[in-house]
Amino acid sequence: MPFGLLKYGLGKDYPFEREPDLPATPTLKQHYDVVIIGGGGHGVATAYYLAKYHGITNVAILEKAYLGGGNTARNTAVIRSNYLTPQGVRFYSESVKLFERLSNEFDFNIMYSQRGQLTLAHTDATVRAFRQRAEVNTHFGGRTELIDPHHIAELVPTLNLNPANMPVLAGLWHKDGATARHDAVAWGYAKGATQRGVELHQLTEVIDIIKEGDRAVGVKTNRGTVHCRSIVQAVAGYSAVLAGIAGFKLPLVSYPLQAMVTQPVKPFLDPLVSSSALHCYVQQTSRGELVFGGGSDPYPLYNTRSTLELKESLIAHAVEMFPFMSEMQLLRQWAGITDMTSDYSPIMGLSPLRHYYLDAGWGTWGFKATPICGQTMAELVANDGKVPDLIAPFALDRFDHFKQVNEMGATAASH
Amino acid sequence: MKILHCPLNGPRNISEFVYGGQVKPMPNPESATDTEWAAYVFYENNSIGVVQEWWLHAPSSYWFIVERHNGSDTILRTYDPSELLSNPGMVSLEDAIQ
Repeated sequence: MPFGLLKYGLGKDYPFEREPDLPATPTLKQHYDVVIIGGGGHGVATAYYLAKYHGITNVAILEKAYLGGGNTARNTAVIRSNYLTPQGVRFYSESVKLFERLSNEFDFNIMYSQRGQLTLAHTDATVRAFRQRAEVNTHFGGRTELIDPHHIAELVPTLNLNPANMPVLAGLWHKDGATARHDAVAWGYAKGATQRGVELHQLTEVIDIIKEGDRAVGVKTNRGTVHCRSIVQAVAGYSAVLAGIAGFKLPLVSYPLQAMVTQPVKPFLDPLVSSSALHCYVQQTSRGELVFGGGSDPYPLYNTRSTLELKESLIAHAVEMFPFMSEMQLLRQWAGITDMTSDYSPIMGLSPLRHYYLDAGWGTWGFKATPICGQTMAELVANDGKVPDLIAPFALDRFDHFKQVNEMGATAASH
Repeated sequence: MKILHCPLNGPRNISEFVYGGQVKPMPNPESATDTEWAAYVFYENNSIGVVQEWWLHAPSSYWFIVERHNGSDTILRTYDPSELLSNPGMVSLEDAIQ
């Protein structure tokens, strides 16, 4: 091996293909079949499945900054399906199944690692809620069970079982829980989509939505006007702002969500661990860094600034769970803007404008839904607005009819 | 530490306060349709700009109004709700309180 390496080191030929994974941004055409606003995971996944399953390749993804630079890069990369509502569990289970085979499908390593996710219960009420979640999950084919503190100590020997004087009573052990490199998910989808003819336009900001009556027919961007048959908006935290430009309101409130990462250390933490009472989730990345995050900021804001208060409380909670973390140094700290619905479920499907489709309300639970979101949104667009059964419960008009999907299994929801 | 000027208690740490939602006129619960009521409960004007909000100073249980830019997090003005309730646009809210 060393001699082979030396040969390549001294030679001019690189042993692998030198083609870039993504083509340069092309010139913007005047007409596309589908325009997708937002080049994050959800947007590029929608384009990928449109091209792959529905043969629709005349698609432009318009991204105001760069590929996967928004919440796709800011989440804590947790993949799980141990939600509470049957609608939610069905939906996220499909996502977990798709994630499992993404690396093979893309021929691009997304560093998917199914290590299991453990949520800690500190009160009897939470134990009861967890029991329900375990039953609902098992019913829909997920692998989730309730485990006792002894079993928890075996799984995570470094965990403090009495954090902040709130003894751990039980744990919701979700074997399907996993993590993956979030950037690579967006890159893999973008690579697969652009190879099939989809155009990715970075640094292309949508300024206005062109309408004819109650129908969306195109968009105005900083690089020119584009007409299209259908539009998909997948812009996470700025969903309500874009909807405002399109001329309607969404039942969303945008909050910053702050997270942080430490310096890398040797591998010691296999499962992804979160505490329901401390509102803190901790996982060790494949690079050895500890990524941890907590609840949203206490009031709405469109600003990714960091606050000392949240840093203090989040670090305090993380140190309660893993006391030796107090010896570690922070590497980075950041925030993302999350568009929260009042029932902690997304808003997917039709909008008040015809041919204008919504992928919004992803709050703090968007990354884990990336594949299934792309697949169902692609189906919705390809079938000209016929809503797939899987996302029918997440329609925007559920709020008008008081038919919310109360997803208390969401991280942001209190348990 | 971010400071919020409470009209009753003066400048205090913002961690003493609780956000209470945007100020919006409430339709009459007796006569509003389900759609109107849903619009009031679930929809907020979630755009970027100056917003008018209810805030509570938790230790003194005092509710007041904050005008804040939700892009820069700059607090522009804080005042007692009586100023707002005397505004003709908010009559329905006053009715509801009575």
